[in-house]
Amino acid sequence: MNTDRIEKKILLRAPRERVWRALSDAAEFGAWFGMKFDRPFAPGAKLKAEIVPTTVDPEVGKAQAAHAGIPFDITIEQMEPERLFSFRWHPHAIERGADYSAEPTTLVVFELEQVADGILLTVTESGFDQIPLARRAQAFQANDGGWSVMVTVMEKYVRRAQ
Amino acid sequence: MCAVRSSSHVLSEPKGSARLFAALGDEVRLRLISRLCDGGPMSIVRLTEGSRVSRQAITKHLRVMEASGLVRSTRRGRESVWQLNQRRLEEARRYLDLISKQWDDALLRLREFVEDERQG
Repeated sequence: MNTDRIEKKILLRAPRERVWRALSDAAEFGAWFGMKFDRPFAPGAKLKAEIVPTTVDPEVGKAQAAHAGIPFDITIEQMEPERLFSFRWHPHAIERGADYSAEPTTLVVFELEQVADGILLTVTESGFDQIPLARRAQAFQANDGGWSVMVTVMEKYVRRAQ
Repeated sequence: MCAVRSSSHVLSEPKGSARLFAALGDEVRLRLISRLCDGGPMSIVRLTEGSRVSRQAITKHLRVMEASGLVRSTRRGRESVWQLNQRRLEEARRYLDLISKQWDDALLRLREFVEDERQG
């Protein structure tokens, strides 16, 4: 089994230039992803970003609101107009106040391919094997922590209701 | 024998998974995991048997996986014996599931974003 890499494909029924703009324009990328960047994307650029709840999906936006304002570092790697866009970042870096800067990054690559029905977009994220395992394990502890808080709240609620 | 679940489970998107596993980033590491999975703990000499990759290169791959806790080595006499760290492997797989799910969600938002505007 592979623990280092993720690959995703999605068919987008939109013109190539539209898809490219949604990826390569920092404001547009931020709108659907749920992030705000401090400057435009350019090859080699090191940007500061922060989580800003997406408006594209209100449900997801609500979930992201819990992480709003958490800062990110992102380095743009390649930009080949209407074909390829890639960057490096720290995956799942949502622990408030944590310093991820000394940790390895993962590489995210978007590739556009024209097909009959639109654009076939492939996203790969790789380099997870270099991420400290403690950091990877934390991703679920955060989730599990969220659940145990919910259970505690529910217990209190139920007790009060009696 | 091996407790690691089917790797196709890693992807929730069945269409992409066949291509993913055909295009695995690192074939050597995957093969090492697979051999340790099938054959249990084994020495570097046995792990290198029948491989075109040099012993040094294989050791390097094992060290990277050891650093992330996927495999571990013990000394048996003068040689190192390597084995899988099942719990770590399971954690790493769950982590990838989580990230994978987040990408699924993000890409659905992207689709809505680029397709909506076209109609509007």
